[in-house]
Amino acid sequence: MAVIINKEECVGCSACINTCPFGAMVMEADKACITDACTVCGACVDACPVGAITKEIEKSSVKIDKNAYKDVWVFIEQVEGQIRNVSHELLGEGRKLADAKGQKLAGVIIGDGVESFAKEVFASGADKVYLIEGPEFKNYSTDGYTAVLTDLINTYKPSVILIGATNDGRDLGPRVACRVGTGLTADCTNLGIDEQTGLVAWTRPAFGGNIMATILCPEHRPQMGTVRPKVFKRPEQDFSRTGEIVQVASKIKSQDIRTKLVDLVKVCTTSCNLEEAEIIVSGGRGMCKPENFALIEGLADVLGGVVGASRAVVDAGWKPHFHQVGQTGKTVGPKVYFACGISGAIQHVAGMSSSDVVIAINKDADAPIFKVADYGIVGDVMEVLPALIEEFKKAKAC
Amino acid sequence: MEIVVCVKQVPDTTEVKIDPVTNTLIRQGVPSIVNPFDKNAVEAALQLKEKHGGKVTVISMGPPQAKDALKECLAMGADEALLISDRAFGGADTLATSYTIACAIKKLGNVDMIICGKQAIDGDTAQVGPEIAEHLDLAQVTCVSKIEVEGNSIKVEREHEEGYEIIETQTPVLLTVLKSINEPRFPTIKGTMKANRKEIPTWTAGDMDVNPDQLGLKGSPTQVRRIFTPQQRVQGEIIKADSAREAASKLASKLLEAKIV
Repeated sequence: MAVIINKEECVGCSACINTCPFGAMVMEADKACITDACTVCGACVDACPVGAITKEIEKSSVKIDKNAYKDVWVFIEQVEGQIRNVSHELLGEGRKLADAKGQKLAGVIIGDGVESFAKEVFASGADKVYLIEGPEFKNYSTDGYTAVLTDLINTYKPSVILIGATNDGRDLGPRVACRVGTGLTADCTNLGIDEQTGLVAWTRPAFGGNIMATILCPEHRPQMGTVRPKVFKRPEQDFSRTGEIVQVASKIKSQDIRTKLVDLVKVCTTSCNLEEAEIIVSGGRGMCKPENFALIEGLADVLGGVVGASRAVVDAGWKPHFHQVGQTGKTVGPKVYFACGISGAIQHVAGMSSSDVVIAINKDADAPIFKVADYGIVGDVMEVLPALIEEFKKAKAC
Repeated sequence: MEIVVCVKQVPDTTEVKIDPVTNTLIRQGVPSIVNPFDKNAVEAALQLKEKHGGKVTVISMGPPQAKDALKECLAMGADEALLISDRAFGGADTLATSYTIACAIKKLGNVDMIICGKQAIDGDTAQVGPEIAEHLDLAQVTCVSKIEVEGNSIKVEREHEEGYEIIETQTPVLLTVLKSINEPRFPTIKGTMKANRKEIPTWTAGDMDVNPDQLGLKGSPTQVRRIFTPQQRVQGEIIKADSAREAASKLASKLLEAKIV
């Protein structure tokens, strides 16, 4: 264990016990003790008023030449012949990191016939593009993309890699990080530079959104993280920008790819593209029965929004999984989020709390959703929603 | 078919509350549960076994009390359970955790399929599954919502943002599964009694062929710098009105005036 309590100095105030997010501190004979549940997060170190707790830093035996690693890379993800929004968002944020470190920003484009993406990537802020093309990269595959990205890392040695926390990004990231033997921070919602060390400070929610943790990767390179869509603004593109394209030949043979994509079934049209939506109208168990979702759809229709759902509703089979907002569903960040008949469990809030404006309609005045709402109506959704639809229809007609 | 399911014992994060005064987590009375996604993984494995025969082994890395989670999986119908537990594993991040679990699976040997839940609800990283696959040099498919097996051939549906992919691959393979794949069964009384009698072996670092530098905190490239409670959104305005109609009308005009919609 690397967190040590100096029993002589411990005054038994139990401040550490209340602070420990993992319940790993107990009092024994008026002194704090650490149990096996400790994850060495160090929260208790800051909490101790008398400095009796210290975190022993165990030096890793791995020694790498950190100075050999330079530049910030963004993995450019594509969907249906276009760059995903999150990749642009990361180029914007990666630009800031690169400027702060006086380094270059590069986009990594892997695909088939994707050279035209380069100008987009430059316009969003990159100085450089690594381009790997071939028919075997037409669609994402774990084996193919991992091999290519790992080869690039070993050859060009970036200091930082940002990947969108999408289904593919979260498939690729751990595989690559593990192969190069470095750390990966998942699902970040904030990035910065740690003042003391100059390292990238990766901040992410944990514990169902109850706590935030800031993570560093001190001794290994590259420093890698997946970042949630919609937490950073998409940068203004400047198409007068240009940059250097580094074309890299792929060494992958198609038999190296052990999974075969047989079919791609598109379920989501714009009607459930929650990640990109400006207005979302979500319904929860308070809608009482699936037929009542017509009201949710009605409000979404009149506002030009899309339909979301709470986990309870998806679990009950009222709406397919694609509509689910929350910790185990989608993370959304629309301009306006309507929560109708949703109580507001922390897991749901974790998926929508970055919305600009939240509107809650719920019968129960004590529902936690009101605590995060900018506007709330305490009332029956079955009465409020039809009235609201009518109001917006009227406004639209004017 | 030999199937290994990786499970994690987690605090029920839906029961965790923030103390409004001290702004810290209230953990008292928060029960430890089997990570919900992992129950779907166990269920998926049991269904495959029922259809194709074979054996289901559940494996967990954690403190000694994680045996309770393994017992629950045995009660659901898993054949064997294994706990890997050692103070040397403490403070492990996903890389060190996946390395340790991969070493245990290597020692078990002869595995056709490894099934993990998509992610654990305490850490939410979704990294340990793919990293185990990497350590063992296995093919992987994440976010799986349907599994079909025919001999050595595996056909799965993998969810992504726009819909789903149908992917074919061969055993051995590692899959991570979504909640939508199935409805986990409840343990039967008979199953629970059987599970209570079943011995669950514990492997320590000494029982496996491991490089001590890759374990626990020492083997973890990432370090927690700081833990804090997130800034809470501030409660806004509750619209007061005598009727639903009036409330709706007030809200609509506020939103339209502020050009929010």
